[in-house]
Amino acid sequence: MPINTANMATMKEAHAKRLAAIKKRIIICAGTGCVSNGSMKVFNEFESQIKAQGLDVVVEFKPEEKSYDAYISKSGCQGFCQMGPLVTIQPGNIFYTKVRQKDVAEIVEKSIKGDGLVDRLLYLDPNTKKYATCKEDIGFYQKQMRVVIRHCGFIDPESIDEYVMVGGYTALVKALEMGPEKIIAEIKAAGLRGRGGAGFPTGLKWDITRKVAGDIKYVICNGDEGDPGAYMDRSVLEGDPHSVIEGMCIAALSMGANKGYFYIRAEYPLAVDRVEKAIRQARQKGFLGKNILGSDFSFDLDIRLGAGAFVCGEETALIASIEGERGYPRPRPPFPSVSGLWGKPTCINNVETLASVAEIINKGSAWFSALGTEKSKGTKVFALTGKVKNSGLIEVPMGTTIREIVFNIGGGILKNRKVKAIQTGGPSGGVLPEKYFDTPVGYEELQNLGSIMGSGGMIAMDETDCVVDIAKFYLGFCVDESCGKCAPCRIGGKQMLTILEKISHGHGSLEDLEILQRIASAMQRASLCGLGQTAPNPVLSTLKYFREEYISHVVDKKCASGKCKDLCNYEINQTTCKKCGLCLKNCPAGAVVGSKQDGYKIIDAKCVRCGQCFEVCKLDSVMIT
Amino acid sequence: METDNFTENISKVVKRWKNKEGNLIMVLHQVQSLYGYVPRGAALEVANQLGVPLARIYEVITFYHLFKITPPGKHNISVCMGTACYLRGGSRLVDEFKKALNIEEEQTTPDGEFHLQIVRCIGCCGIAPAIVVDDEVHGSVKTEMVKGIMEGIASKETVHAN
Repeated sequence: MPINTANMATMKEAHAKRLAAIKKRIIICAGTGCVSNGSMKVFNEFESQIKAQGLDVVVEFKPEEKSYDAYISKSGCQGFCQMGPLVTIQPGNIFYTKVRQKDVAEIVEKSIKGDGLVDRLLYLDPNTKKYATCKEDIGFYQKQMRVVIRHCGFIDPESIDEYVMVGGYTALVKALEMGPEKIIAEIKAAGLRGRGGAGFPTGLKWDITRKVAGDIKYVICNGDEGDPGAYMDRSVLEGDPHSVIEGMCIAALSMGANKGYFYIRAEYPLAVDRVEKAIRQARQKGFLGKNILGSDFSFDLDIRLGAGAFVCGEETALIASIEGERGYPRPRPPFPSVSGLWGKPTCINNVETLASVAEIINKGSAWFSALGTEKSKGTKVFALTGKVKNSGLIEVPMGTTIREIVFNIGGGILKNRKVKAIQTGGPSGGVLPEKYFDTPVGYEELQNLGSIMGSGGMIAMDETDCVVDIAKFYLGFCVDESCGKCAPCRIGGKQMLTILEKISHGHGSLEDLEILQRIASAMQRASLCGLGQTAPNPVLSTLKYFREEYISHVVDKKCASGKCKDLCNYEINQTTCKKCGLCLKNCPAGAVVGSKQDGYKIIDAKCVRCGQCFEVCKLDSVMIT
Repeated sequence: METDNFTENISKVVKRWKNKEGNLIMVLHQVQSLYGYVPRGAALEVANQLGVPLARIYEVITFYHLFKITPPGKHNISVCMGTACYLRGGSRLVDEFKKALNIEEEQTTPDGEFHLQIVRCIGCCGIAPAIVVDDEVHGSVKTEMVKGIMEGIASKETVHAN
């Protein structure tokens, strides 16, 4: 059957016409970060202020054609979460940060009615002390390359018209013309690998599922982003849900699947809501359902929610969860591509992987494979957080070095402290010291160092973070989340955690380090699923790179970072202390005594080791001994 | 609430999901959004109407962290202890809330007003440390803000009462 794109052309034309009749467009970031900072209040304030100043404003287009002075729309996460709420004004792409309700009247006056700027709301570069008028002038954005999150922060995620206008669903049209073999060949040639962490070649996965005989096959989008410190998938689902739907349609087409599921964490209500809306719109416009765009390809989608179990990110556990069971992993083989959901061939791809697909089909495999390193192609979205100055959501070509990410995009470490390490890959990943910061990010590159790419959490740590504490944190997470089915993970994790507790309380010995290593290796080899196999990674990588720190915990019984409270004392350096008294003012335990004349000291017996004095001292005169 | 007649409410939920495969978790989500937890009477009703053994339902409820079998507090305070929040002082916030409410984590105040819990990453790492108070996310929270947040909850209540 011929592919009918008339509907798309009409949508595109109508929306372009609507936008052409707008004088100013105000885009307000409606990612979870900005919403929690009050961006919806800012949104409403814009609407009422613009009306109050006698202008015509629209927030939702009506069928009749009409011109307006201003159009206010929401966008997905723009990445610069800590500077939110973010507001962009077009034309000119004026970029305002930390916009509060009270600032709105002035913005309307200057930038909506006129073409002026409100300087104080522009981003002030802390290094150059210059104001940036648009995103392109800001270091955080300059060094990025946005492919997966290309639309986030720009289009209205709740409008399918807008998605189509910026070229959405054209890849689906192209894919329908190409047919399954060509699609798979293209994805293989692009070198796209699973962005959920394991890095399995996507084209190959599709090909395997395609070759398994079966009249019913499933495509599943894995949106169970459980890694603490990662929110890439949430941002894509919230900011550009149609790109994932389009990717799923193309995947289904390539392997002959007719039914798909989104599996999304219940902790992400906004993402669920946006995906639900997007599915409804796509169905209504003929991109989902029977005979998509007039072709003989039929495919439909449904949503299933997680219920707070990290292990459900593992594909066989995820399948069990969609089936309405406990999320227990199953031994593989058989792999899901042979026997998955309800025993049928099933292909599971991560959100980010699926969001890359349309762009590859549109721009071609050669364009995609030109980006990145030899084995890791394309771009990767990272959630850059922890102790960096600019934390947020970023996307860079594979092969960018950790140093570039932390210092050029992240702007360096907070309070200009010394960087200690970077953690990648969440609880399954490792902690890498600064000497490896020139490593280009890629699947093999990180794996060779004992970490993993994972889903894309990247957490910077400074000298006040203790590696034993970090290892304990991640292991504690895995112990909580272990489903308990297999003994190595259930017992091994718990035992390792007990030993780490012992070490952080000063009761550890050198022998304990050997035992940790032994249990870790047993867990890696004998656990049933990825959770147990990778849970020891944070412990192993810290033991490998920060062994001296472990030794000072077990031999000298000292924790230099001040995190293990039983192993540190606080003291005031009398020679550098300027006697300002901030430590006394902030001490919750009354352990600081003295006066502005005589100086201050800490009474060890009263000290609760909360670290407040250390945090507030501007001269670093509080020492951890 | 245990004395409620669950039949009618549950039948509405079940009707929507009955013919879909793998519906149990979705049904339980809806039950929990009705009652704030999964009351035993409701679980029994789901068992009857979906035709699955009660044991299967409890098997699922007890596996997943989000499902609760005891009533939650009137106000729910979740402190995020994902990595980014942990590094930026999430545990200090937990201590501060414990002090303010005089309860331990995962407990409810004796008057049933507040429930304090720890969650593992709510995906707001860019504005760490973050907490969620009754579905509203607060970012970049400092210990000294805890008092104000508590007062905010109280004042909202007076607005509702008026």
